[in-house]
Amino acid sequence: MKIIVCVKQVPDTKDVRLDPETNTLAREGVQSIMNPYDQHALEEAVRLKEQLGGEVTVLSMGPPQAVEVLRQAISCGADHGVLVSDRSFAGADTWATSYTLAKAIHKIGGFDLILCGKQAIDGDTAQVGPGLAMQLEIPFVTCVQKVREANDHELVMERMMDDGYDVVAVSYPALLTVVKDLNVPRIPSLKGKMKAKKIEFTVLSAADIGADSACIGLAGSPTQVVNVFPPPPRAGRAILNGTIDEQIEQLVEKLAVYL
Amino acid sequence: MLIVDGKLCIGCGVCEDSCPFGAIEVVDGCAVVGDACTLCGSCVESCEVEALKIEGGEKSVQADLESWVGVWVYCEFRAGVLAPVSLELLGAGRRLADARGVPLSAVLIGSDTGDTAQRLIGYGADTVYRIDDPSLSYFSDESYGAVLTDLIKRHKPEIVLAGATAIGRSFIPGVANTLGAGLTADCTQLDIRAADGALLQTRPAFGGNIMATIVCLSSRPQMATVRPKVMKELDFDSARQGVIIDVTPDPALLQSRVRVLESVVFEQDNVNIQESDILVAGGRGMDNAKGFELIRELASSMDAAVAASRAVVDAGWIGYPHQVGQTGKTVAPKLYIACGISGAIQHVAGMQSSETIVAINRDENAPIFAVADFGIVGDMYEIIPKLINKIEGQRRS
Ligand SMILES: Cc1cc2nc3c(=O)[nH]c(=O)nc-3n(C[C@H](O)[C@H](O)[C@H](O)COP(=O)(O)OP(=O)(O)OC[C@H]3O[C@@H](n4cnc5c(N)ncnc54)[C@H](O)[C@@H]3O)c2cc1C
Ligand SMILES: Nc1ncnc2c1ncn2[C@@H]1O[C@H](COP(=O)(O)O)[C@@H](O)[C@H]1O
Repeated sequence: MKIIVCVKQVPDTKDVRLDPETNTLAREGVQSIMNPYDQHALEEAVRLKEQLGGEVTVLSMGPPQAVEVLRQAISCGADHGVLVSDRSFAGADTWATSYTLAKAIHKIGGFDLILCGKQAIDGDTAQVGPGLAMQLEIPFVTCVQKVREANDHELVMERMMDDGYDVVAVSYPALLTVVKDLNVPRIPSLKGKMKAKKIEFTVLSAADIGADSACIGLAGSPTQVVNVFPPPPRAGRAILNGTIDEQIEQLVEKLAVYL
Repeated sequence: MLIVDGKLCIGCGVCEDSCPFGAIEVVDGCAVVGDACTLCGSCVESCEVEALKIEGGEKSVQADLESWVGVWVYCEFRAGVLAPVSLELLGAGRRLADARGVPLSAVLIGSDTGDTAQRLIGYGADTVYRIDDPSLSYFSDESYGAVLTDLIKRHKPEIVLAGATAIGRSFIPGVANTLGAGLTADCTQLDIRAADGALLQTRPAFGGNIMATIVCLSSRPQMATVRPKVMKELDFDSARQGVIIDVTPDPALLQSRVRVLESVVFEQDNVNIQESDILVAGGRGMDNAKGFELIRELASSMDAAVAASRAVVDAGWIGYPHQVGQTGKTVAPKLYIACGISGAIQHVAGMQSSETIVAINRDENAPIFAVADFGIVGDMYEIIPKLINKIEGQRRS
C-alpha cells in the first residue's frame, strides 16, 4: 500500500490576535504548526500501513521551513517526505495548489491512497482535497469520520453529512479528506524522533515537477484577492447590572424579539 | 511575488502597518517581505512612493468570457428535503441577476423531487433545470459533480452559487476544478461591481479575524459557496412565472466509483446547527454530562438547537456535529447563548458572526465577554434554571 499524505504548515491561530489599534493580525511570535486536520490524516495513513503494509510519504507545498512539518510527520510514523518549494508558487489559490500537488504526486510515482485534512485552518477552504482528486482523475470522499474496513483493494468508511452520515465504499486509487473524529493522533516515538533528526527530504522545484508556469502561483490562480479588511465591529455591548435575578430579567427583555 | 524597489522605498513603515498578515518588516530603512505574505495587495495600495508591486506570470484570460451569461443556484435536495440555504441563495441570486440584467436559474438534482421545482420558481427562479433520476437518490460527488459540470458547460452561466454545506463544500470544489473556474469558499457577502459586472465575493478568513474580497476576472463561471443563514430568501409568490426544464442525463454521467452503502439521517437532537436561528452552546463550565443536560433544557425552553465547545465534544457529552469553532462548524444564528465557555479564539472563530451573543460565565475576565452583546457573570447552576423559568413565563404570556 502506497499512501501519500498532504500536510500543510499553518500559523497556529490560537496565537493569532487582532491588534485592536491597527485592526491587523498581530502574528509576532506565532508558532507554525502542522494543520490539525492533517495530523489526523497522517495518523490514519500510519495505521493503514501498520495494518496492510506499505509506506507513507508526506507531501507539502510551501516555503523551505515547511520541512519542519515533514520532520514532525516522520517522527509520527511517516517513511518519506517531499517538499515542493519554489518562489513561483507564491500566491497560489486552491486551483493552483491542487495542480501543483498533482504534478508533484506524478513525479513521486505510483500511489494507492491519498489522504488530506478536511481543510487548512488558515484559508478554511476545504477545496484542495477534492481539487487534487479531480486533477489526478481519481474518486474522492470528503469528511471521513471513521474507517470501518480496510483491505488490499477497498475501503469502507463513514462520511460525515450535515444531517447524519453515509457509509461508502471505494476501491484504490482514491483520495480522502478527514475530520478529527477519525482518530487520536499519536505522539512522536523516540525512534521516530531519531529518524526525523537524520532524514533528508526531497525538495522539488517547479521545473522538477514539470509545472506549466501558467498554472502555478498567482498566474495559475483563477481567484484573486482584491481587498482585505477587518470584520465590522460588533454593535455596542450592553452591560447588565443588579442582582442575578435583575440581570436575568433585563436579559429576557432584551431577547424578547427572539423568543 | 511582492517586489520591493529598494531605490524607491523610503522605509516609512506604512506598508508594515497596512499588512494584515504582519508579513512586512522595515529593516535598515527598507521594506522586507516575509513568508506570511499572501499577495493580497494591501501594501501596494498603501505605498505612497510606489515602491511595491506584485509580479507574477501574466494570467491568461479565457477567450469567451462574454458568452457566459446568467446566474445559477445549485439547490440542494437530500432524502426528500430541500436544504433551506437553497432558498436563501435564490434570494441572493435574484438580486445579482437583476443587477446584471440576466436570468436566474436553479439546478435541482435528486430523486423524487415532487413539486420542489415549482417552489423554486415561487422563490425567484426564472428557470429550473431538473435532473430527477432514481440513481441520484443518494448524494455522490461523482454523479452530482458530473451532471452539474455537464450542464454548466452546455449553458455557460457567468455565476454559480451553492450552499456551504457538507454536500456543497464536498462536490462543488471538484466541479470548479474541472471547469478551471475560480471558487470562493464560505462567502458571507456577494455583490456585483458596477464598473465591470464582476462578482465581488467576500468571506472571512483566519478564523474570522479578517475579511477578504475575492474576484475571478480571467475565467468563467465565477463560483462561490455561501454560508447558510446569511442571505435572505424572498417571500414565496405562487404567481411567479418560470420554466421547468427536465434534463435526462447521459447514463455515463451517473457512474460513481464511490458506492453509497447506507445513508444514516439522524432524527432527533441532530438538527443542523448551521440552519438554526437560536443556538444554546455549552462548554466545560458545565462540569459533566449531567450538567450539560441544563444546556439541553435551556435550549428546549426556547426551541433552540444545542451547540458545544470542543472541550465538551472531546469529553463525549455531545457529538462532533454540534461542535462550533475552527475545527467544528461555523455558525451565524440570530442568537447565540454561550454558557460556561471561556471564549478561546478557536471557538470564537466559529460563532462571532452571530447577530446577538449572550455569555454566561463565572469568570468576569473570560474572553467570551469581549464578543458578547450581553453578559452575566455568575454560576451557571444558579442562572440557567432561573433563566429557563423566566423564558417559559415570558413565552406563556
Ligand atoms: C488547532 C485547534 C483547533 C481548535 N478548534 C476548536 C473548535 O473548533 N471549537 C472549540 O470550541 N474549541 C477549539 N479548540 C479548543 C479551544 O482552544 C478551547 O480549548 C476550547 O474552546 C475550550 O472550551 P471551553 O470554553 O468549553 O472550556 P474552558 O476553556 O475550560 O472554559 C470553561 C469556562 O467555564 C467557566 N465556568 C466554569 N464553571 C462555571 C460555572 N459553574 N458557572 C459559570 N461559568 C463556569 C470558566 O470560567 C471558563 O471560562 C481548538 C484548539 C486548537 C489548538
Ligand atoms: N500547500 C499545501 N501543501 C500540502 N497540502 C496542502 C497544501 N494546501 C492544502 N493542502 C491539503 O489540502 C487540505 C485542505 O486544504 P484547504 O483546501 O486549503 O483548506 C489540507 O488539509 C491539506 O491536506
